[in-house]
Amino acid sequence: MRAVVRPYRIPLPALAGASLVLVTTALALVFFVVPNDADQGFSQRIFYFHVSIAFTAYACFAGGAWKALVHLWKRDPRADLESYVAVHQGLIFGSLVLITGSIWAKISWGHWWLWSEDQLVLFLVLFLFYAAYFMLRFSVDPGPQRANFSAVYALFGVVLIPVSFLAIRIAKHFIHPIVFTSHVTSNLPGSMLWTYGVAQAALLVLAYTLYRVELSGKRIDARLRELRTA
Amino acid sequence: MTTAEKYVTAAYCAVFAMVLLYVVLIALKLNRLEREVDELERRAPEEAAEDERVTVDVG
Repeated sequence: MRAVVRPYRIPLPALAGASLVLVTTALALVFFVVPNDADQGFSQRIFYFHVSIAFTAYACFAGGAWKALVHLWKRDPRADLESYVAVHQGLIFGSLVLITGSIWAKISWGHWWLWSEDQLVLFLVLFLFYAAYFMLRFSVDPGPQRANFSAVYALFGVVLIPVSFLAIRIAKHFIHPIVFTSHVTSNLPGSMLWTYGVAQAALLVLAYTLYRVELSGKRIDARLRELRTA
Repeated sequence: MTTAEKYVTAAYCAVFAMVLLYVVLIALKLNRLEREVDELERRAPEEAAEDERVTVDVG
């Protein structure tokens, strides 16, 4: 008999509780503690969730690509499902990046969207690329072939993440602000940096919680389908 | 409420609404799965009883 060693996983209720506490703390810090930005004033408060959501979306897409690699390497069907759920989470957070970014752009620049901004357009390309992942996945019958196609596609998409992230640094003309440079402490002094840190942790934990909930649902669904066909 | 405050509130409400919508959709899906499990549980004894029936020649 061979013992199956499962990695320890934090229980879902604990994750949900941590998400609630962190998100509430982050909101309290954003609205009641952090001072107004000297340049943008009150509207800069969108930054704390907008940027955190963007990095969370990148993390989800990167996680999806990692699971896709695991699937291609070990041919593990669980990794395929995990990759799919991670990409789905990335798309949800990606849509939130576009929504909050457009609102922030409207206040700061007077436009909902600027096609001349490389960072914005490249994030949209990344978003649409992963949106097409679902079109590919659901156009192929379930099975190993679909899992392999999806995994290869998810791996290709991960190349766009550093391009999207670095676009603002290599662009010559831009109005999108750059905060995370080697002078991050001068760009985000004191409580602003702490608030950003808490917001980032809150969004990452929230995304992981939602990922685990969706994954549980998908696994139960798959097992039910197997039982019905048995 | 200033214009900036309205936009910031709208942005945070959009985040909240999206997460809420997602949670509601997941909850609906879990309800459906629960119903399917109940149905399978109900059908399992009936199917087991059918399997146990023995065919007997009559006449």
